[in-house]
Amino acid sequence: MSDETFIEISDLHFSRGPRKIFDGVSMSIPRGRITGIMGPSGTGKTTLLRIIGGQIRPDSGEVIVDGQDVCRMSRDELFEFRKQIGMLFQSSALFTDLSVFENVAFPLRVHTRLPEEVIRDLVLMKLNAVGLRGARDLQPSELSGGMARRVALARAIALDPALLMYDEPFTGQDPIAMGVLVSLIKNLNLALKTTALVVSHDIHETTSIADKLFVIADGKVIGEGSPESLRSNGSERIRQFMHGSPDGPVPFHYPADDLLYDVLGDSAG
Amino acid sequence: MRLIRHLGARTLDRVATLGRASVVWAQAVWGLPKIGDIPLLVRQIYSIGVLSLVIIVLSGFSIGAVIALQFYTQLARFGAEDAVGLGLALVLLRELGPVVTALLFAGRAGSAVTAEIGLMKSTEQLSSMEMMGVDPLHRIVAPRLWAGLICLPLLTTIFNVVAIYGGAVVAIQWLGSDPGGFWSGMQDAVEVWDDIGKGTVKSVVFALVVTWIAVFQGYDSEPTAEGIGRATTQTVVISSVMVLALDFLLTLGMYGDFK
Repeated sequence: MSDETFIEISDLHFSRGPRKIFDGVSMSIPRGRITGIMGPSGTGKTTLLRIIGGQIRPDSGEVIVDGQDVCRMSRDELFEFRKQIGMLFQSSALFTDLSVFENVAFPLRVHTRLPEEVIRDLVLMKLNAVGLRGARDLQPSELSGGMARRVALARAIALDPALLMYDEPFTGQDPIAMGVLVSLIKNLNLALKTTALVVSHDIHETTSIADKLFVIADGKVIGEGSPESLRSNGSERIRQFMHGSPDGPVPFHYPADDLLYDVLGDSAG
Repeated sequence: MRLIRHLGARTLDRVATLGRASVVWAQAVWGLPKIGDIPLLVRQIYSIGVLSLVIIVLSGFSIGAVIALQFYTQLARFGAEDAVGLGLALVLLRELGPVVTALLFAGRAGSAVTAEIGLMKSTEQLSSMEMMGVDPLHRIVAPRLWAGLICLPLLTTIFNVVAIYGGAVVAIQWLGSDPGGFWSGMQDAVEVWDDIGKGTVKSVVFALVVTWIAVFQGYDSEPTAEGIGRATTQTVVISSVMVLALDFLLTLGMYGDFK
């Protein structure tokens, strides 16, 4: 593995019940860059993040993060390892019994023995980075969806993680909040040199910030490369996805009998 | 054939659940106490124990009063009104105190713990905590488990004291028993180990069982609205049945030789 690679996933298999989520996925994610993972909903993008974070064990395959094999770690090693990961959840997942300030301070209080003044300064710096220093005394229930996600982002970067994982960061955001998040992700990557992994199906936003893209469908990687190369010369399936056409090799319809038969029954014949 | 297969699947399912529950319990109990976690524990003792005080005191008083009333009317027929005090104390210390407190506790605090943990799970708070490198079993589950273990025996004691006081109010103030007979009869009959000690053993066992069920039901709940609702109901139902069944077994085991 070269120094340039931060996460190396090889031949990953994972199934939930009879459904195969990943069927031989391999990818290498470059260090210090923004990598986008795209694909239709329900292709297991979130599951992939959970496997990288060690919350789910795959059936087979290897996941090496910064030289450590996630799948072989003990429970204690996993909790130690996760200190260098920040993850932004789709639901923001703020602790509802803590204020905005305490939410961001939480990882610092648990994992460090810093004096209170230092924690205060650090939290205010993180909140300032997402533009919410003034909202420090609010409770999570008083925040809009976009603000909650920015607070969650501030919390995710509290310990200056080496890896930041974003789970659908743009979903359900208004255009302004979306623009704010796009520039935040970009700027954080530039400023902290953090390896970023953005899982999303928002093509426009993801292609605008990602240095490298993976497209997943049906449990396999069907395309990888820079956004430009994918847009221009990918296979037909990738082009369908990148251009957002409703029907194509990835069918619009869930597998079903012919509509005529379904509606009219035997009398159709 | 189908029936056997169904029964087998159900049994396997139950055994697996019991196994998961044991792992959760062991991990959580191992997690405490550390010096730094004491504020977390205190907060849970407040919300589990202190906030249950009102219902415990009110129920204790009325149950004590009602027992004294029934005892008095029956015993007065034999001219044995003085025995009200000792009867009241024995019934409360040995059986009703631990059992009723545990049932009330399951309804008031157990259901709250289940719902709280279940909701944390469904809003991904537990998951995000895990991703931050913080074990929710230590941070969320353990303080609640320990708080329950500490609170229920204390609440039982408070229940007993208030109930005896309630009984005394009815028997002495209202019905006019002789206070000397009431209190001295009680003092003669009650043994430290046989009555108070064994009652406390019961309440510790109930505390273990009720908090374990409450915490696990929340932690293992399906993260949906129905799932949390079901888990909360299950906590109260399973706890109540377990408390009553265990009470019978404990009475049998500790007091023995009934025949």
